[in-house]
Amino acid sequence: MIIGLDVGGTHTDVVLVGENGLERRIKVPTDTSALFDAVFSGLEHITRDIDISQISHAVLSTTLTTNAIVQDKLPAVGMIVTCGPGIDPEYFRTCEQYYRVAGAMDHSGRQIVKLDEKAVEDAASRMREAGIEYVGVVGKFSIRNPTHEKRIREIISPMFEKVFLGHNVSGNFSFPRRITTAFLNASVYPLHKRFFEAVRQSLDKKGIQIPIYILKADGGTMDFETSIDFPGQSILSGPAASVMGSIGFAADDQETIVLDIGGTTTDMAVLINGVPVLAPYGIEIAEHKTLIRALHSYSVGLGGDSTVRVEHGHLFIGPDRTGPAMAYGGPEPTPTDALFVLGKAQNGDREKAEKGIEAIAQLLGISTAEAARRIFDQTCREILDSARQMVSLINSRPVYTVREALHGHRIKPTRLLVLGGPAPMFAENFTAISDYQVSVVPHWDVANAVGTALSRTTCEVTLFADTYKLEASAPEEMFVQALKPGFTMADATEMATELLEKKALREGASSGDLVTDVTEALEFNMVRDFRMIGKNIRIKVQVRPGLIGQYEKIIAQIKKQSRNGETPC
Amino acid sequence: MLKAKTHTGLVFFPAYDWAISATHPEREERLLYTQDQISEEGLLDVEGIDEFKAGVVDIEDVQRVHFCVPDARSVMTESHFISAGGAKTIGKAKMDGLVDRGFALVRPPGHHAMRVVHGGRGFCNVNNEAIMIEYLRKAYGIDRVAIIDTDCHHGDGTQDIYWHDPDTLFISMHQDGRTLFPGTGFNNETGGPTAAGTTLNIPLPPYTSEEGFLTVLEKAVLPILQEFKPDLIVNSAGQDNHFTDPLTNMNFSAKGYADLTARLKPDIAVLEGGYSIESALPYVNVGLILAMAGMDYSHVVEPEYSAERLRQGPSITATIEKTCQQVIDTWNDRQNIRIRMQENVIYAERNNTVFYDTDGFYETQHETLQVCRECSGVLKIDSSVERKMRVLAVHIPRKACENCRKTGYQWFEKTDMGPYDMILLQDRPEDQYRVRKQ
Ligand SMILES: [Zn+2]
Ligand SMILES: [Zn+2]
Ligand SMILES: [Zn+2]
Repeated sequence: MIIGLDVGGTHTDVVLVGENGLERRIKVPTDTSALFDAVFSGLEHITRDIDISQISHAVLSTTLTTNAIVQDKLPAVGMIVTCGPGIDPEYFRTCEQYYRVAGAMDHSGRQIVKLDEKAVEDAASRMREAGIEYVGVVGKFSIRNPTHEKRIREIISPMFEKVFLGHNVSGNFSFPRRITTAFLNASVYPLHKRFFEAVRQSLDKKGIQIPIYILKADGGTMDFETSIDFPGQSILSGPAASVMGSIGFAADDQETIVLDIGGTTTDMAVLINGVPVLAPYGIEIAEHKTLIRALHSYSVGLGGDSTVRVEHGHLFIGPDRTGPAMAYGGPEPTPTDALFVLGKAQNGDREKAEKGIEAIAQLLGISTAEAARRIFDQTCREILDSARQMVSLINSRPVYTVREALHGHRIKPTRLLVLGGPAPMFAENFTAISDYQVSVVPHWDVANAVGTALSRTTCEVTLFADTYKLEASAPEEMFVQALKPGFTMADATEMATELLEKKALREGASSGDLVTDVTEALEFNMVRDFRMIGKNIRIKVQVRPGLIGQYEKIIAQIKKQSRNGETPC
Repeated sequence: MLKAKTHTGLVFFPAYDWAISATHPEREERLLYTQDQISEEGLLDVEGIDEFKAGVVDIEDVQRVHFCVPDARSVMTESHFISAGGAKTIGKAKMDGLVDRGFALVRPPGHHAMRVVHGGRGFCNVNNEAIMIEYLRKAYGIDRVAIIDTDCHHGDGTQDIYWHDPDTLFISMHQDGRTLFPGTGFNNETGGPTAAGTTLNIPLPPYTSEEGFLTVLEKAVLPILQEFKPDLIVNSAGQDNHFTDPLTNMNFSAKGYADLTARLKPDIAVLEGGYSIESALPYVNVGLILAMAGMDYSHVVEPEYSAERLRQGPSITATIEKTCQQVIDTWNDRQNIRIRMQENVIYAERNNTVFYDTDGFYETQHETLQVCRECSGVLKIDSSVERKMRVLAVHIPRKACENCRKTGYQWFEKTDMGPYDMILLQDRPEDQYRVRKQ
């Protein structure tokens, strides 16, 4: 059995899944100021009276690092950034203790400015004086040649607790995003480490000795040890949890839009044949643009608690939330109140809901029932409009080859998978007002935790090969190897895949779950003085985000339970 | 936070799966390091710089400009449709107000493609800028356009297309035609009898450096632009004047290109040539994008740059100053030149021989313009390639008068098909393209 735990803004969902499907589920309120209690009590409750040896592992998705960033509650960290020609990295300053030192590589990894080691030492001692313990080190084009970053670490590592190098956090281009990514890793490191070590210790004390995995923004997992080196990957895992929770119920030969309808927002994503579409660069959070791999998710300010108002005779829904629905004691009418009026929601104060909707009805000059219908309809239509916008955004991503430009695939989703609190009511209306084939994810209100539990370990490797220099390198893997003449794209694919599999196993994957893809494969003849001198090969491989091997059995059971109306508690 | 002062659009289409041939300068690798540099600098994340996906042009867009022989699909590869499409995308983004300026970083280039196209010349098959401009004229009703060609080679294709168009100012600065392909672009080439003075050529001596290019801009290009008052300024932004370019002999730099762009302030730039793919293009393009966006480019310096080593000699400076004065004189005298050229002339004729270096054959042209005082005149081109095709191409200009339009239709309908494989017609007022075949 596997535990899945997903911390949300208001609730923490915990599930236990196994051969019998959903074995156990609980919801505990989330107190953001006491996140540890939510996680620990969740884990404790879900394992009560269960034979621990039957539990293989637990996967956790928390808002710990996300909240710390959004609320700007990060410790002071230091950055050393190498500086050469091009845009001045001063523009990318992330913090006060941010030092630019001379040193530069060109686009092909050739040194064009020597590293100023004296400046590195000076920066380090000033950071020490300022009490800095965690440092990020980033160079432009360090993924083509990491020598400067490595040398800086050699110089400063005795003075600091942890140093993060830019070329280790991602194999993708973008110096500013690499700076931000290293910075965020350094910034959330102490918080992440302290938190999960505390969880680990408390569980051990209770005799709950199970391996812990952390969910990442790309919908994959990493083991606890890996997460200590890459804590930034835990940022924004929330949207990924619900997408992963719906994958098991998506057809593997169709394009599907996933809609997670929450209180404040609806989060959306696209699945192509059951595989989530990834974001082009990486997550963006607060003002930070990163290279942290993530699912392409799109959030719109429309949810059950969105504020409903009338301005100049027009009805507006969201994007803000003033509080819960009036039916639950909130201050302003919401789509949830409309559902009460329409008789589609229970267990709240219907009278208060009616009062709120009535006020809207008067402003519009229609009956209360009609106003409720219009509010609900408009909410649904605006959600679908946003979903179409997301699809057209994905279809308008630039491409760089003739093949993709003329014959590239354009997505046209035909299905909607709906989850989140009010999923069934919304799904019913989506069916009525659109051509989509609509279904509700079974156990829609804890599907996110189920997805968290069933996600597989993912990772990515970028490999550069130059058959003129006779050298292959994978920056994230600290891998450099001499090549024999005649090295081909096929050899490169094999080499990259081998590195990828090793990395995945090291980060906690089980060997049965290594579903790998080549996500990018470019090969260029290098011509100098009108003569072909070699090939420049670039390849990216990934473990595809998806569910672990046992999932089919478990999902089949969950579907059966849902058909029979069984809900474990 | 890094922010663009001018909202700038980019279309990047490096055609990573297209080459003229494996070791040709116009090959897959050409923009690889440029894209690496642009991505690594993070330019696409700058607030106020937006990337657009390159569209594809329609056959109609091509036929508005070119007579393709035997047809567009035969002289264009798929990549040409996207390269011209990239220019069109950025033109639309500008006209729709999505951006204030745009840069189409596309390949293959186009400024050597003339009105009649039998194949590839100077790495070009169709003219990306002209296809974009004529589309914008049709779709958005713009009229006066200036094209400033800063490629090292003479933009002879663009010159040919706009030779008789007084509403399009074409200024090309380039390495002297006596020392470089295509061997034209001398300052006595100034346009046909109804449009003399709106084609201007500024040949530059080999080893011209920053100082020379900026002199041309300040002393000739900018004053003329100010008088011409275009609705749109287009820059054919070739980058082969760079001191490391393998095909040319100039001493221009990345910062020089950025300075030039910052002062020229083009609405739209379209990449043309530039074949120093590692030492020049990554830096020139970053400089150009920053300059377009009104951002600081002073730190963009290519590793091999040395102002000292690249400085031009005093005789070069003197030559350039003289050329600029001649160009200004031509411009100021353009009305008189037109009057002299039109005197006692009903049909102005010219013979051209066009070499298609990529495909290795010659085209001979006999061109006839009906000189008109009401409009720029209807044009016919008798074009033949030995042992291949002979066509008669009739072009009725955008603002043709009724009389010229009639003549155009007469030429198209009444000319004896005998010697011709096809007779073709561009009716620009009606936005139509017609074909007569044996
Ligand atoms: Zn030119
Ligand atoms: Zn050129
Ligand atoms: Zn006329």
